[in-house]
Amino acid sequence: MTAPALQLKNLNKAYGALQVTKDLSLEVFPGEIHAVIGPNGAGKTTLIGQIAGNVQSDSGKVFFAGRDVTALPVARRAQLGLGRSFQITAILPEFSVLENVALGVQAHHGHSFHFFKPAATDESLNSKARAILDTVNLSHRTDARAGNLSHGEKRVLELAIALAGEPKLLLLDEPMAGTGPEETRNLVEVLKSLKASIPMLLVEHDMDAVFQLADRISVLVYGGIVATGTPDEIRNDAKVREAYLGEDETA
Amino acid sequence: MTGTAFLFRNRIVPILLFALLALVPAYAAFTDDRFILLFVTRILVLAIAAVSLDFILGIGAMVSFGHAAYLGLGAYAVGILADSDIWAAWISFPVAILISGLFALVTGAISLRTRGVYFIMITLAFGQMAYFTATSLSAYGGDDGLTLWSRSEFFDTGLFSDDTSFYYLVFGVLLAVTLLLKQIAGSRFGRVLKGAKQSEARLHAIGIDPYRYRLAAYVIAGMIAGLAGALMANQSEFVSPAYMSWQRSGEILVMVILGGLGSLHGAILGAVAYLSMEEVLSGYTEHWRLIFGPLLILVVLYGKGGLLGLIKGGDKS
Repeated sequence: MTAPALQLKNLNKAYGALQVTKDLSLEVFPGEIHAVIGPNGAGKTTLIGQIAGNVQSDSGKVFFAGRDVTALPVARRAQLGLGRSFQITAILPEFSVLENVALGVQAHHGHSFHFFKPAATDESLNSKARAILDTVNLSHRTDARAGNLSHGEKRVLELAIALAGEPKLLLLDEPMAGTGPEETRNLVEVLKSLKASIPMLLVEHDMDAVFQLADRISVLVYGGIVATGTPDEIRNDAKVREAYLGEDETA
Repeated sequence: MTGTAFLFRNRIVPILLFALLALVPAYAAFTDDRFILLFVTRILVLAIAAVSLDFILGIGAMVSFGHAAYLGLGAYAVGILADSDIWAAWISFPVAILISGLFALVTGAISLRTRGVYFIMITLAFGQMAYFTATSLSAYGGDDGLTLWSRSEFFDTGLFSDDTSFYYLVFGVLLAVTLLLKQIAGSRFGRVLKGAKQSEARLHAIGIDPYRYRLAAYVIAGMIAGLAGALMANQSEFVSPAYMSWQRSGEILVMVILGGLGSLHGAILGAVAYLSMEEVLSGYTEHWRLIFGPLLILVVLYGKGGLLGLIKGGDKS
């Protein structure tokens, strides 16, 4: 079997008496989308934070790109190729759409201690940024101010910024949250087309999207994984139905 | 992004501003008014400091409340060297710039670990430390300051001693500093600063830790303000701790905010407006701040974005 792109080993995190991540282990393999689902308060956002590096784990290890990144800060992990989208949109609202992505490209080009050459007309940044906007079907908004985009477009821009760093893994924190049906369809298509080249860990509430996209699904309840399997296995797992899907089925 | 208002604010206003400032010596000669020349020289010196503050405040979102410390450091470098009979500008000016840069590096490295109101307080604290250090320099006049017997010398030219050539020197420095900082603001470096202002989390997530970039910007701004301080010592032929007082830091902040944040030339406009109003209003009453305060509030409220913001439109795309 090939080495996993991302491997979590026995992660733990507690806030006071509240154990938010419980002895959690999982892998994301090259070429797959591994979805993590779970009811609100299951600890999904904390888990994303532990992987990205903004939340320090109490114990356990995070292996990424073949090395132990547990002690590395966010920016270092990103430089190694960990791309992410945020649950609450984090774009640069005053920049144009192009500039947002171009800054991502720039970050991937090494340090930014270049004081004189104008960045706005730097084709080595812009041409790649345009290509990425094409990939995610946002090129019609290239020159728009990012803050003026619709919510759904902002979600797509998030993804584009993450792609600019040529990530070796994408960490997607509810990319479909609040998007309309048309935009969700676009995102699903884009992610599908990318997964062969970029493995992804997907946290998502939109079950239709999850079952369309995921190769494997892990179900998170109270900080621990109660089941991992293919979409079909998860759909038919009694424990999962009880913990989570049950509500959906009866609704 | 290129509406007429935008064009007016960002191209025509700065060109007009510099063109008018370039004509001041001619006007002064024509009307035989030496005062106006000296007065505008002082405005331009402070404008250099204001532009450097706008660079970190308007572009990098670092609200430094201790920027006057650099004016003082630069001025004292010139003053103390002159006291040891070193008048050569090619020595004193680099010393002024280096010392200011060093002070910015050390205090910035500490201050930039904080955010928001804590950053304001810690830069204020460092500014006050510099101020009280200056007051205790009894060998150099302590509280009373230090009078310079002459201006700096630049080989055998009258660059500093002649009022008109000194004016053009200050004018040239202001122009060069403004163009340099505009260039930096548009570079990759500047883009990181502007990005970090909007979402620090996003910058980290794409692999950029803004700290080093902010620190570099802070040092650049400190060096430029130190240069302004060296010019100020020459302009007034006097150096005193008052240059570093927190009130002076506040004044520079007001100039920047009054002019409009982030454009750099707005800070020049702010310096001109602030010091001219001070001059005019204080001619009528010593309580001129009673008039100036409300005026300032009106500009900030209605010209969201300062004086430059009064030129409406062109922001949306």
